Amino acid sequence: MQEALRFLAPDAEPVERTDFIEQARLARRGSEIPSRGLPLTIRALRKSFGDNDVLRGIDLHIPAGQFVAIVGRSGCGKSTLLRLIAGLETIDAGTISFGEDVRAQDVRVMFQEPRLLPWARVLSNVEVGLGRDRASSDAQARAQKALTEVGLDDKRGQWPALLSGGQKQRVALARALVSDPRVLAFDEPLGALDALTRISMQRLLGRVWHDQAFTAILVTHDVSEAVALADRVLVIEDGRIAHDIHVDIPRPRRRGSADLAALEGSILRHLLQSADEPSEL
Amino acid sequence: MSLIESLPRAGGGLRLPRAEGLVQWIVPFVIVAIWQAACASGWVPARVLPAPSDVALAGWKLLLSGELARNIRVSFWRAGTGFVVGGGIGFAFGLFNGLSQLSNRLTDTTLQMVRNIPHLALIPLVILWFGIDESAKLFLVALGVFFPIYLNTLHGIRSVDPQLIEMGRIYGMRDGELFRRVIFPGALPSIFVGVRFGLGIMWLTLIVAETIAASSGLGYMAMQAREFMQIDVVVLSILIYALLGKLADSASRVLERLTLSWHPAFQNH
Repeated sequence: MQEALRFLAPDAEPVERTDFIEQARLARRGSEIPSRGLPLTIRALRKSFGDNDVLRGIDLHIPAGQFVAIVGRSGCGKSTLLRLIAGLETIDAGTISFGEDVRAQDVRVMFQEPRLLPWARVLSNVEVGLGRDRASSDAQARAQKALTEVGLDDKRGQWPALLSGGQKQRVALARALVSDPRVLAFDEPLGALDALTRISMQRLLGRVWHDQAFTAILVTHDVSEAVALADRVLVIEDGRIAHDIHVDIPRPRRRGSADLAALEGSILRHLLQSADEPSEL
Repeated sequence: MSLIESLPRAGGGLRLPRAEGLVQWIVPFVIVAIWQAACASGWVPARVLPAPSDVALAGWKLLLSGELARNIRVSFWRAGTGFVVGGGIGFAFGLFNGLSQLSNRLTDTTLQMVRNIPHLALIPLVILWFGIDESAKLFLVALGVFFPIYLNTLHGIRSVDPQLIEMGRIYGMRDGELFRRVIFPGALPSIFVGVRFGLGIMWLTLIVAETIAASSGLGYMAMQAREFMQIDVVVLSILIYALLGKLADSASRVLERLTLSWHPAFQNH
């Protein structure tokens, strides 16, 4: 028991301190600094693969800088929606607009797999994220800064094969962040991590979102992760947005608190209900 | 060392003992020692197998006359040139067919048909075409080396993780950069497998070609010695093949180690 407590300590103890810092951050951000993020408007979006209609008319507006989580059962089309937003699939019908012309490096994606180049050291893997700016003279300095941000500056000369799963995912996050994106799409980024690593990665995601003020779209099957991180949770069923839930719980959110648990419970009920009564099929 | 021990471990790298360089020579050394003892005691007659010391003596004589150096040089030149030509063409076809559907549809079926002809079966035809001069040997070596390198390059390029290719595209890599940073390094381990197979086939083809139709080279030296019953020279040539094969394999291993240092199997720290 003593052992277990000590083991948890580094993760559990500094909560109060981070609470304080994050509250200060929140206050500062809420008052004066406008979000760097891009707003996102989706109208009548449809997508099918062969005979399979994956998305059947999505209408959605995401204000600049919002953190949106998308949940739903496997095969509901949540990942497809994310891939469409990130421009990885072609749109069958409808529109997706970011309010202004976006450059490629404004929208970045992070996947469940880190997708690091095994033959490139950590720092050059992060430099890949600079896109066309890779050749610029400050590329290395920017990559270094992004690595520091995810807490891995001491691993810059390492081969990816020697990193742990959580570390690889943090390198992938640094690669996504290095170009200062204005929309960051996460496709189950923590799905393959163990529970403890996942909690510290959730903190990290929350922190970089605060600091960099991008619009965040997180696809996840973990409802507790969704309510812990997001301003808003979308439940997708049968290719449509079935529920649009605003999470009005102030940050920083404490894992396991009563209001988070209540919200998580009600979202889970929505998901399970649709599983029990396949009314539209 | 058990078989399992020599496999790379997940997480840690393969840790080799310091004396590994010497350990691998213990077995060849013991074999030579037993061989010497068997010949010296008269248990093996010299007509069947000359003693290693006699073979070394024959090698020394040939070395002094310059004949050995000349034949090795000729064989090396044939092997190297044939390997570069055949391997280069195989690599190019592997590249084109791996990267382009059109190129693959156009040529792969033909190449697969040709592949199933044992290339040594072409020796009579090659002699009719080229006689017994250099081009005949180069042609056979190049043809033999072509297929392992073609197949493994193609396989390597095909098996590059599509998720990495998608990642490269997302981060704005154009075709050239995608090839240089993602596809080629991804295919490299497989290409090296092809190179090592190719090196084996290179020697095999060359020796057969030189034994059948040549007027110089190691194979010719061995056949010439047979005519004059110089069994020590025959054995000498066979030993030189073994050494050259080992040399080629070691060279490709060094190259592998240099270029694949990222690979878990090559990380010794």
